[in-house]
Amino acid sequence: MDLLPILATLKRHKTAAGLIVLQVALTCAIVCNALFLISQRLERINEPSGLVDDELVVVSVVGVGPSQNADAQTRTDLQALRAVPGVQQLSVINQLPFGRSFSMSTMRTQADRNAPGVGVASYNASEGWLQALGLRLVAGRDFEASEYLDNSALEQSETGKVTALVINKALAERLFPGADAVGQTLYGISDEPTRIVGVVERLVTPHPGGSDDMNVYSMLLPVRESFRGGAYVLRTEPGRREAVLKAAIAALDQTGPGRILRQQQLFSEMRSAYYAQDRNMVHLLVGVCLALMVVTAFGIVGLASFWVQQRTRMIGTRRALGATRGQILRYFQAENLLLSGLGIALGMAAAYGISLLLMRNYEMPRLPWSYLPVGALVLCALGQLAVLAPARRAAALPPVAALRG
Amino acid sequence: MFAYYLDLALRSCRANPVLTGLMVLALGLGIGASMTTLTVYHVLSADPLPGQSQHLYQVQLDPGQLAYYRPGAEPEEQLTRFDAQALLAEAQAPQQAMMTGGQVILQGPDEQLEPRSSDVRYTSADFFALFGLPFQYGGPWSAADDAAHARQVVISRELNEAMFGGGNSIGKTLRVQDTEMRVVGVLGAWRLTPHFYDLNTGDYGQTEGLYLPFSTSRELELPRSGTMNCWGNEHIPDATAPNAPCVWIQYWVRLPDAGAVQRYRDYLNAYSERQRGAGRFERPPNVRLRNVPEWQAFKQVVPGDVRLQLWLALGFLVVCLTNTVGLLLAKCLRGAPQIGVRRALGASRKAIFLQHLVEALAIGLAGGLLGLLLAWLGLLGVRHNPASYAELARLDLPMLAATLAVSLLASLAAGLLPAWRAAQVAPALQLKSQ
Repeated sequence: MDLLPILATLKRHKTAAGLIVLQVALTCAIVCNALFLISQRLERINEPSGLVDDELVVVSVVGVGPSQNADAQTRTDLQALRAVPGVQQLSVINQLPFGRSFSMSTMRTQADRNAPGVGVASYNASEGWLQALGLRLVAGRDFEASEYLDNSALEQSETGKVTALVINKALAERLFPGADAVGQTLYGISDEPTRIVGVVERLVTPHPGGSDDMNVYSMLLPVRESFRGGAYVLRTEPGRREAVLKAAIAALDQTGPGRILRQQQLFSEMRSAYYAQDRNMVHLLVGVCLALMVVTAFGIVGLASFWVQQRTRMIGTRRALGATRGQILRYFQAENLLLSGLGIALGMAAAYGISLLLMRNYEMPRLPWSYLPVGALVLCALGQLAVLAPARRAAALPPVAALRG
Repeated sequence: MFAYYLDLALRSCRANPVLTGLMVLALGLGIGASMTTLTVYHVLSADPLPGQSQHLYQVQLDPGQLAYYRPGAEPEEQLTRFDAQALLAEAQAPQQAMMTGGQVILQGPDEQLEPRSSDVRYTSADFFALFGLPFQYGGPWSAADDAAHARQVVISRELNEAMFGGGNSIGKTLRVQDTEMRVVGVLGAWRLTPHFYDLNTGDYGQTEGLYLPFSTSRELELPRSGTMNCWGNEHIPDATAPNAPCVWIQYWVRLPDAGAVQRYRDYLNAYSERQRGAGRFERPPNVRLRNVPEWQAFKQVVPGDVRLQLWLALGFLVVCLTNTVGLLLAKCLRGAPQIGVRRALGASRKAIFLQHLVEALAIGLAGGLLGLLLAWLGLLGVRHNPASYAELARLDLPMLAATLAVSLLASLAAGLLPAWRAAQVAPALQLKSQ
């Protein structure tokens, strides 16, 4: 196939050809970045929490008046909840991933309060948390019975000392790269150091997925919250969650009437609600990409049809001189390939430019190079698909069209 | 003449229904997407208190540790209870209020009704005048009530409806957690979007239902919510204690003019120096005074996703416009023989140019109307979003006018090039080729 006649023809239609190139370039640039945005959101949405998301239900209550003994009430509640059929394990936790509150502490490896620290999300968890949340210990051990203390006692104590700590692997690798974190001590909870007794494979912070690098470290303290400061987390089989939730609410109403429910949810619902905005954005981006491609395809169809009509005599003449249908078809396909190619080349440069803007304004990472060929391929295929119908119409023109035109 | 051009345009559109349909569709999609996102952006970035917001300033001091000090760095966004109470006592601005949020359980006089939970704002007497809250009945509590830890509350219209069935509820009592409190004021319609004075307790969601004196909330140890930042190494038994090294109070002042702002800034610097002299502050004075528009810009209160969607939609509109230019061009040139005839019969270039521009405008108008319909559908979709701002996304009159203006401008821009090319068609050449 000779490109020269194509170029010669296009030279006579610079404006229309330029418009196709521009449209392909813009579409390519936007689609490349949109695809990257989509993949980023999907990665965020699919990030595992470390918990057994589909086996947990969450209930929390608030007292109407200042209860005299919230700790005792909590113990009664726990006992009643443990008796609910289907409950395998339960715990009281001060905050949960995908929840509203977020409490964190700055932890240091040195006693010096001026030493640099790391922001760590801190979960207060009562007995049974490891099995209840379904976390996986990769080093060390669970808390021992003697290490647990009530939060009320902690708040009234002189020093606020907590003796043991379990951290997530991300924090272990950040603070003790290449070394064993178990047995090390950390400062930041009280004036006295706290010993790390275990490391869990994975535990996200209450608000995972932020752009902030500090949003990945978390730890667990052996501190029992009362029902006022925490939520009951119950582990059960996925199919029994609704029933367990209902029975748990009834049980709590029995043990401590006059309180009102603050939260009653499947944990998977909390997760789903947390990522709702991201899912929305993914749908929107996919929609815009499709709409862009459809509009661009129609633009190509429109202009190609116009060209076919305009060149009827030329096509007829070529056919009369011996060109096959295939050659006419390929002529228009090659023309489109040339224009799309030019558009894609420009589009890649523009995609890179948009990526730089996104990096500056939205704390996005740089567009990986691998997205450029993907975008190029998509646009190329789109162009060829769009030009197929007009090109076939051209190829179907009989040689006698040259005389009629 | 215009009517004749319009007639020609309609004939031309009827002659090429598919091409015309494609152009209208492309323009409609582009305009619909842009107007949907532009409306959301317009609603979210609107001034929450028109005419007032530039006079309302959020106060920031720098009470942090010297250890982490970097000169010029952003100080804490909230104040410690100590500083807020000190500034309030010294009252150097015409109006000022300290505040924080919380959630409490309410029980009305009707014991049959289930207790309910409500968002509450613990604040000081000036709050209502400072932000211009409208009262339906009664009024705010006084500074004396603040000092006396009065058991008094102001309730929203919605809460009044829910607890007392509406009407003048002044003097009625309400049990907040476990304490009887007297209603002294019922607000009129009032919703702040965004909830700029405390963005940590919701941005575009509902505004609080209940307001009561901060002093009372601390005496009764009512539950608080929002962001709290503490520092220092020592164990902090009660982070809400007056002397705790924790920031959790928002502080707003009204400063009528630039002179007042300068005087207040000087005062805050002097206050910081005094606190440093007393050993409370470790860092050199580092204060910020931002008015509402500045504060909203600083906090990037319009969600990043919304801004991203806006750019995406505008990019889409540009592609749709390019598409329309190309199709219009094809359509114009396809009609070149007729143009040649018209030119030969005496039509001037200007006439041909105007004729095609009118055609572009007609298509633009149709695209605009389709865009309006799509924007309306798009906003319906946005309102079904889980986002806190969802229910605010409505098309208003300015946006309606903007949609039509944008579609006409866009079609005009798209029509210029094809119309110019059409006007260039030479009469003789086209006749010869026939």
